[in-house]
Amino acid sequence: MRKLLSGNEATATAMKQINPDVVAAYPITPSTEVVHYFAQYVADGDVDTQFVAVESEHSAMSACIGASAAGGRTGTVTSACGLALMWELLYVASGQRLPMTLAVINRALSGPININNDHSDSMGARDSGWIQLYSENNQEAYDNYIMSWKISEHKDVLLPTMVCQDGFITSHAVENIELLEDAKVKSFVGEFTPNRHLLDGKALSVGPYDTPQFYFEHQYQRAQAMIKAKDVVAQVSAEFGKLTGRNYSFFEEYQMKDAEKVIVVLNSSAGTARVACDQLRAKGEKVGVLKIRLFRPFPMEEIAQALSHVKAVAVMDKCDSFNGMGGPVFVDVRTACYELANRPMIINYIYGLGGRDVTVENFLHVYENLDKVVKSGKTDNVYRHVGVRGVN
Amino acid sequence: MSYNLKKESCKSERFVGGHRLCAGCGASVAVRGVLRAVNDEDKTVCGVATSCLEVSSVLFPFTAWQEGFIHCAFENVAATIAGVEANYKAMKKKGKVKDNYKFVAFGGDGGTYDIGLQSLSGAMERGHDMVYVCYDNEAYMNTGMQRSSSTPKFAEVTTAPVGSEQGVGQMGVGKGQHKKDLTAIIVGHGVPYVAQTTFTGNFKDLHEKAHKAHYTPGAAFLNVLAPCPRGWRYPPEELMNICKLAVETCIWPLYEVVNGEWALTYEPKKKLPIEDYLKLQGRFRHMFAKGNEWMIEDLQKHVDKKWEQLLKRCK
Repeated sequence: MRKLLSGNEATATAMKQINPDVVAAYPITPSTEVVHYFAQYVADGDVDTQFVAVESEHSAMSACIGASAAGGRTGTVTSACGLALMWELLYVASGQRLPMTLAVINRALSGPININNDHSDSMGARDSGWIQLYSENNQEAYDNYIMSWKISEHKDVLLPTMVCQDGFITSHAVENIELLEDAKVKSFVGEFTPNRHLLDGKALSVGPYDTPQFYFEHQYQRAQAMIKAKDVVAQVSAEFGKLTGRNYSFFEEYQMKDAEKVIVVLNSSAGTARVACDQLRAKGEKVGVLKIRLFRPFPMEEIAQALSHVKAVAVMDKCDSFNGMGGPVFVDVRTACYELANRPMIINYIYGLGGRDVTVENFLHVYENLDKVVKSGKTDNVYRHVGVRGVN
Repeated sequence: MSYNLKKESCKSERFVGGHRLCAGCGASVAVRGVLRAVNDEDKTVCGVATSCLEVSSVLFPFTAWQEGFIHCAFENVAATIAGVEANYKAMKKKGKVKDNYKFVAFGGDGGTYDIGLQSLSGAMERGHDMVYVCYDNEAYMNTGMQRSSSTPKFAEVTTAPVGSEQGVGQMGVGKGQHKKDLTAIIVGHGVPYVAQTTFTGNFKDLHEKAHKAHYTPGAAFLNVLAPCPRGWRYPPEELMNICKLAVETCIWPLYEVVNGEWALTYEPKKKLPIEDYLKLQGRFRHMFAKGNEWMIEDLQKHVDKKWEQLLKRCK
């Protein structure tokens, strides 16, 4: 089924096909349209969902935690400050091993307020024990969203999942995408059958006070679940590929086979990077693009392997870490490459903050600088910015 | 059927002993009283905000809760239980849950009057079929007896200590502001059942109000004065006496608001002076020092004004 949908509508459509038990959401500024579409499905009886129009994102996540602990399939949608307000509870959801899906429409965090796209919201939540999948376009947002439930609810995982897409760029742009039939989604995702829940008629205490005698073991189990999630993501993606013919890996390699200079990027800017890559390939330059889809758990070994033959890498971060050394994707990619016998030289570019337009020229500039790194054999300053006035 | 404490006490408990709450603490008394009012055939899921009650009753791997229990965080027990309730509706509709459940959220005054007020307000306004119970011990007893917006004026707490520079700002006299009237705020939400209660005599008042709260469809709110022997500084055996005096002095009047109609559920024959209540508690000791008579006068005036206001509302 082909249909012309915005990223918001694609997510809402997937949500309708999943038909969760409870959706709780709040329209913080900036808010997302996904919930408007979904509220209409509820009003029209297209879904069986209890829609809880809460009074804050904090309560949205709290209600999802309650619903998941009570054995329901549940999720919410948010952006920017809304995700920041959920912070405390993101850790509670993953710490209590409650599966659920959070569609993040990536937008900049406040200070000053800005409602446009960057990744400061979900990147800040990267270590909260949530699986994170990033989506380049509407099709990927739709596909990742459907897969996320199956990943989250897998008995070896039981961790909540964020499915991220770029605010405005993907969320508001309309594209022709391929939809699955409702019945296929239903059978792919299956029934949610948690081992225990609050309404199963037996005594169950969720969220106890965890003393030093046990807390550490519980954190260890959460960390192990995150490690296991990698295999489950691979397994679920393979099943999805069989069903749809659309195959997803942890990351997508473009012109990587013989690439010497590589840009690592995630979400919508990957398309722009590929155009720059094509232009340089036409001139005979050995350039490539690596687009990360699975950021948590971080596919460390696989990324290192993919970059093992590369001379220089520029890691793009649509989020600054304000730490004096580089953005979050950079730090992780560089760490992943540390064990390589022949490490590539790696630099970081902070780009596109607060909806700053990201152009092909930006990526050409990055490739050009990678070329300088290769030729000089020096990285110089690794923590760089592109597209910011007065800098380049 | 008329209320009978002996009979009620023979019911199996949904919150059992073995927890680590202090002797003479009102929290467990409130929980047991509220849960006794759930009919035998119904099941419960209780949510508890981060509090003494939570950290003392569910220390992994132990629990004092015999049915469903969830703790999430400090400021969100109302939203958490609302999520459980919403899921119950969804699962009930699909025939996945057979039993009938009651949903109860417990929060201390910190988790209710202060940091949890927004979450509470949201849940009340949306009208989830749940009961929110505030066990009000008038300060952050779990974290070190700091002031809350429920702490009464002049009570000495760790963040509003009594000092020698009295009258500088509102410091030095114990807490400088009067207690927030949360019960009236919840009445303002237009929920079908709101009541204020505490432990009196045979617990009839608490029991009947809790029963009405559980069996009124939609959101209900109970504000239960639940003294704390450590923070209020009274001997544990004085718990019931202190509650009785809170009522007899009209510091904590017993009333209910059913569909917006205010009604007193108890009127003292002779309203006692507040000193009778204050003098039993160490947190008010400085009010009896020479030169501090004005504090007692000030508080008495406030209690009188609030009581007159309440009488008018209940007419």
